[in-house]
Amino acid sequence: MTGKAAFRQAFTVRGGDFVRAGQASCEIKELLKEIGLDPQTVRRTAIASYEAEMNVIMYARRARLDLSVTPGRVRIVVDDRGPGIPDVPLAMTEGYSTATPQMQELGFGAGMGLPNIKKNTDRLKITSKVGHGTRLEMTILANGREP
Amino acid sequence: MASLNEITALLGGERLTPGTGLETECAKVFASDLMSDVLAYMEPESVLLTSLANFHAVRTACLLDAIALIIVHGKRPDAKVVDEALANNLPVIMTGLSLFEACSRISSCFPEGKR
Repeated sequence: MTGKAAFRQAFTVRGGDFVRAGQASCEIKELLKEIGLDPQTVRRTAIASYEAEMNVIMYARRARLDLSVTPGRVRIVVDDRGPGIPDVPLAMTEGYSTATPQMQELGFGAGMGLPNIKKNTDRLKITSKVGHGTRLEMTILANGREP
Repeated sequence: MASLNEITALLGGERLTPGTGLETECAKVFASDLMSDVLAYMEPESVLLTSLANFHAVRTACLLDAIALIIVHGKRPDAKVVDEALANNLPVIMTGLSLFEACSRISSCFPEGKR
């Protein structure tokens, strides 16, 4: 990322905390609206963040979610401690899911999480180590263009 | 196009969040129990119909700027879930109808070609 972050905030997400699931992303959405980003960028960021947050809630033990905003772009890094993803390309396939019935009863785990993150970001980097955790680096460009 | 008041009456629904914009006109409707699909496909300013009565339905609706949440099958959300909707000014309506029947009735408000 180029340029100094105009805004930066960190969030902690706890795995298994289904009651608070999504709160960080709702907060991020409100922060981005307050900053004055365009509605489409706010929406895309909120969706990508929510999907990433739900993945932590469903699969990982905990994660740190870092939000930074510079003129024209939003970057979110989600670094979790969890089981990792053995096959990232497979996990990126729409409909592929390892969700439990409990997760599906809550309306998640349809195998749309990572593909939906990809769809709503302009850059996505996934680094995962089985038994250790997964790191998602997501960049959303305002209006889908380089500033 | 119909107002939330009209849709509530069509569904024989119960307003769970008094004071939230029931005069709002609705032009788009989306129905699903999979919040992942809602996140992937629902357009902004839609009415969301679902049989989920949990925090995730409310948060997903708020996150996507839904104009209302309609919970079907007579599932009454916990008071804390309703409180969260109220805090976000999200109208919540409950109906005893099935998802299919609710969609069928609402579709009568949308002329052919504009659904």
